Amino acid sequence: MQNLELIFFIAFAIIAIYSAIMMVTRRNPISSALFLILNFFAVSGVYLLLKAQFIAIIQVLVYMGAIMVLFLFVIMLLNLHDENKLSESITYRKITAVLLSILLMGLLFVTFFFGFMGKKSEIHETAGTIGKAEFLGKELFLKYAFPVEIAGLLLLAAVVGAVVLAKKKFE
Amino acid sequence: MDNFITSLLGENILTFVLVTVPVIAFVAVFALYAVLGERKISAWMQNRVGPNRVGKGGVLQTIIDGLKLIQKEFVSPIRADKYIFNLAPIIVFTAAFMGFAVIPFSSIFIGADLNLGLFYFFAITSLGVIGLMIAGWSSNNKYSLYGAVRSVSQIVSYEIPTALAAIPVVMLAGSLSMQTIIHEQAGGILNWYIFGGPGAISKLILFPFMLTSAVILFISTLAETNRTPFDIVEADSEIVAGVHIEYSGMKFAMFFFAEYAQMFAVAAIVSTLFLGGWQSPFGDLIPFLNNPWIQFGWAISKGLLLVFVQIWLRWTLPRLRVDQLMTVCWKFLIPITLIDLFIIGLYAVL
Repeated sequence: MQNLELIFFIAFAIIAIYSAIMMVTRRNPISSALFLILNFFAVSGVYLLLKAQFIAIIQVLVYMGAIMVLFLFVIMLLNLHDENKLSESITYRKITAVLLSILLMGLLFVTFFFGFMGKKSEIHETAGTIGKAEFLGKELFLKYAFPVEIAGLLLLAAVVGAVVLAKKKFE
Repeated sequence: MDNFITSLLGENILTFVLVTVPVIAFVAVFALYAVLGERKISAWMQNRVGPNRVGKGGVLQTIIDGLKLIQKEFVSPIRADKYIFNLAPIIVFTAAFMGFAVIPFSSIFIGADLNLGLFYFFAITSLGVIGLMIAGWSSNNKYSLYGAVRSVSQIVSYEIPTALAAIPVVMLAGSLSMQTIIHEQAGGILNWYIFGGPGAISKLILFPFMLTSAVILFISTLAETNRTPFDIVEADSEIVAGVHIEYSGMKFAMFFFAEYAQMFAVAAIVSTLFLGGWQSPFGDLIPFLNNPWIQFGWAISKGLLLVFVQIWLRWTLPRLRVDQLMTVCWKFLIPITLIDLFIIGLYAVL
């Protein structure tokens, strides 16, 4: 099984990196969004290999099934065509982007080189239980009940706000 | 993984293939004969004969139709986005088929008995909407786009009552694993969750609420598979055929295949949650019928029964209007499931 996991990890990693690069370089926003979906899929596969089943499925359900659907919906309805010209005309944005990317690359390199070099990677014994629904449910609704309630209230406020805005338009 | 193929051969790549092949074969055969069955049943309901030329009584009709579709040229509209246009049917079919991984066919056969099986099913099948949406958009046709917009609003809305109607069973069984949910319903027809699950008190108190949940789950899964009376995504008389409009040949056949595969998948989910899955309705009265190989028959026949109800509804009820569809979901199904969930949750806590 160890070999199988390695094969799956390499496959998911290659898909994730490839789709991330493609997402950034595509001109067509719909293609970008689809590559982002592929990227989420590969990342959820990596979560599964780390024995975080719950997070893997949440990744599929929330990010791929809900958020990206809304993204695609908005892109489709807006029909972005002038985006191409816009990005070509602004040069300082490109320069900033390149600088920031180099900075991020350096940061990641330093972190991984000094943080993980020579250390054997392994999944902690408790990882299997943490990834389960029972554990997460107990933690969220007993230990962290208050933050969960607050987050729920914020989302409710957002929903009410959206309904109010939509209602004004139709009256 | 607890199935007989794994126990015979151990866990390796070969077993993954051997577990998948019979499921694919089953889906293919089911889709072929469900199309024929639908045409025959609709003919029967409308006092017609139905397909009767190819083979005896038309049994080979869909095979011939499939052969015809394979021979067709691969046509893509000139102004369509070719890659996305060709990708869409693949996404729709893959999403419909991936759900079968957690459908229990017997106590000794399930693709993968995940401890989050039910959750996985809802997550994976919700990906089909991406395929429908990019199919509608990439066709570059206004009717397709309308179909795509409708499919998103419909499927995203109906996911809520689907999940809410399934949660009572999860609360009572205390697990999201499909096999555990079925094992909880052992001991005959009266222990199925549609009748309130095992335990005399729970039957007395929960029967009406579990029945409502089961009916709502069936209705909302019907909406998720875009079947009449919820087929405003296709709605032939308003938007021609919705997202399918520019598709022909095998690409169209894949949408069709996905629809029928999903019909069986959601029927199997409803039967797993509320009708005891592969459990025999006679319980321990006739021990012979609890044989693991006969359980295949129970699981599949319960699924087919629900597929028959889906077909029956399609040829009996008229299509809902878009606003009626949303009203049914948000003003009726969701509040009712919330009340159900509250009462059953109260019972489960006490």
